[in-house]
Amino acid sequence: MLRDIYNAMMEFVRAFGAFQLFFLRLLANSPSIFFKRFSLVVKQVYNTGTLSLVIIMVCGFFVGAVLGLQGYANLARFNAEDSVGTFAAFALVKELGPVITALLFAGRAGTALASEIGLMKATNQLSAMEMMGVDPLRRILVPRFLGGVIAMPFLAAIFSAIGLFGAHLVGVGLLGIDVGAFWQLMQQSLEIGDIQEGIVKSFVFGVIASSLAVWEGYSAIPTAEGVGRATTRSVVITAIVVLIFDFMITAVAL
Amino acid sequence: MVSESENLIEITDLCFSRGARQVFNGLNINIKRGLITAIMGPSGTGKTTLLRLITRQLIPDSGTIIVDGVDISTLNRADLYKLRRRFGMLFQNGALLTDISVFENVAFPLREHTNLSNRLIRHVVLTKLHAVGLRGAADMMPSQLSGGMARRVALARAIVMDPEFLIYDEPFVGLDPISMGVIVRLVRKMNDALDISSILVSHDVDEIATVADCSYLISDGKVAASGSPEELQKASSALVQQFMHGMADGPVAFHFEAPDYTEQLLGRDAD
Amino acid sequence: MRQTRAVEFGTGLFVLMGMAALFFLTTQATGGDGFSSNDVFEVQARFENVGSLKPRAPVAMAGVTIGRVTDIVFDPVELNAVVSFVIDSQYDQIPDDSSAAILTSGLLGSQYIGMEAGGSEIYLEEGSEIFLPQSAIILENLIGKFLMKSSSDSK
Repeated sequence: MLRDIYNAMMEFVRAFGAFQLFFLRLLANSPSIFFKRFSLVVKQVYNTGTLSLVIIMVCGFFVGAVLGLQGYANLARFNAEDSVGTFAAFALVKELGPVITALLFAGRAGTALASEIGLMKATNQLSAMEMMGVDPLRRILVPRFLGGVIAMPFLAAIFSAIGLFGAHLVGVGLLGIDVGAFWQLMQQSLEIGDIQEGIVKSFVFGVIASSLAVWEGYSAIPTAEGVGRATTRSVVITAIVVLIFDFMITAVAL
Repeated sequence: MVSESENLIEITDLCFSRGARQVFNGLNINIKRGLITAIMGPSGTGKTTLLRLITRQLIPDSGTIIVDGVDISTLNRADLYKLRRRFGMLFQNGALLTDISVFENVAFPLREHTNLSNRLIRHVVLTKLHAVGLRGAADMMPSQLSGGMARRVALARAIVMDPEFLIYDEPFVGLDPISMGVIVRLVRKMNDALDISSILVSHDVDEIATVADCSYLISDGKVAASGSPEELQKASSALVQQFMHGMADGPVAFHFEAPDYTEQLLGRDAD
Repeated sequence: MRQTRAVEFGTGLFVLMGMAALFFLTTQATGGDGFSSNDVFEVQARFENVGSLKPRAPVAMAGVTIGRVTDIVFDPVELNAVVSFVIDSQYDQIPDDSSAAILTSGLLGSQYIGMEAGGSEIYLEEGSEIFLPQSAIILENLIGKFLMKSSSDSK
């Protein structure tokens, strides 16, 4: 029993170290791929960003709309229902935009990355590439990593903007808050720094979610079962790490 | 062509273990230039592992592997990749890149390693595809191909950089007789027409007999027998006889190691 | 080739939408108190206490925003706060004896600087200092005074 716990801890430390080394290799190879093979990156921005647009926009709209409803119901107790816009904007820009986008990204794009790379490994495509003298890390992994890192801040911004639109629709359209009050109170309290915090968060989450998805696929056991497990792991681990980092960044920013 | 020895690849005293299992235990193989060398063995004897060792996708525990006069364990990453470009390798299921077309698959090594113009690449790729009879399938995606076609495309990709040696990993597995015949013919044709050396890993005895110049039979981590297919057919060793003629029982037992049958049925082992 | 074009178009669309969203968030959702002029002049005022006044807070005259606070520093010599703020240069006829007060929008709202016009013939210009500052009203102090007063009254 004690021995099992000891072994599990050692294995965790080993896997953590392996990921660090892998992450450094990703970073070290990123600049040259970004500048020399930009078309590869563009294709991955399409795969992770454009193909996630629908889910991001739909979820963003409804999260914003719910914030409108909840904000109204709670703020009305203090006669402050005009502040619904402020409430929704703070929640979206600083927290929910980056975090929910990262979680949706892990579910939509992260799983796609992990399973795609895992399958490439299982079907010997990565070995074949090595045999052709092409480093799969540079040709396959780095472009996918960069695509995710580039796409995430844009996705989070779209999520927040659409969310504000949803809150506006509910607050102004449904509950009859004055349009001017809705936007002006928001504009008075929200500062550029808040937006910056959101962008920093979504960028960090982009690095986390993409590198973990790519790593899980790359280190998957090359069988159907192994790829399935790697895909699940990529979502679970990404969700946990993103929320931990969210707490840390928020604590630092305050 | 001055310093060329007769042996292209020399494997000496190779030992390799995976976990607790000893895969190779003092393996010695010489692969001669210009010939088709077959490496045979029962499933699970590590034939694919051997190919990975030769191309240094795996690193041996001890022993040396010398490819064209160079000990590959001494190569750094860049030299290794340079060496690998001289190999053409055909994987078990073709291992075509699934997200690009047949044409792009064959063009892949050219695009990665050369600065040829699009027109020239098109010319080379179509020539190679024509050689395997699949020029008409250039615009198809790998998922649309049958198993035999996928392997032929992979062969076209393997020869697109004009390699000096071709390595085939189980090229005959899971093919219908017609596709099998096509591949057998292509293996021979590539070897002779391109003047290259071929290494073939397989357990299809009949196909090996028609195509290979020289073969090695591996068992228990060592070479059990070697020679031309005819020599192997006539070899007296019980293991060779069992393998070459496909007998169910012999040195490789039909029954996996188990407790005594009667004892287990009577439930006495449960105590 | 058609597929490549679709990918390029999709990527372009995505990035454009992302940039539009960022632009929207930075310009429409933040600090938009109606003041966005670049042609400004800077003046200063000294306050005993700035309360919770922050940089970027609006400066208003007769309820109209005419500028914004740029900087708040503590002066260790005179032991008070120096507030710098910019005013749109189209308002170049503000008397230099105008007063400035730190006011609160609503009971608990954010603070801003409200200016009351004076009667001088000389106008505020770059580098002027306002001499009639009124410090922020600190709610706690006010309540404290009120309580003191009511308790002394009841004696």
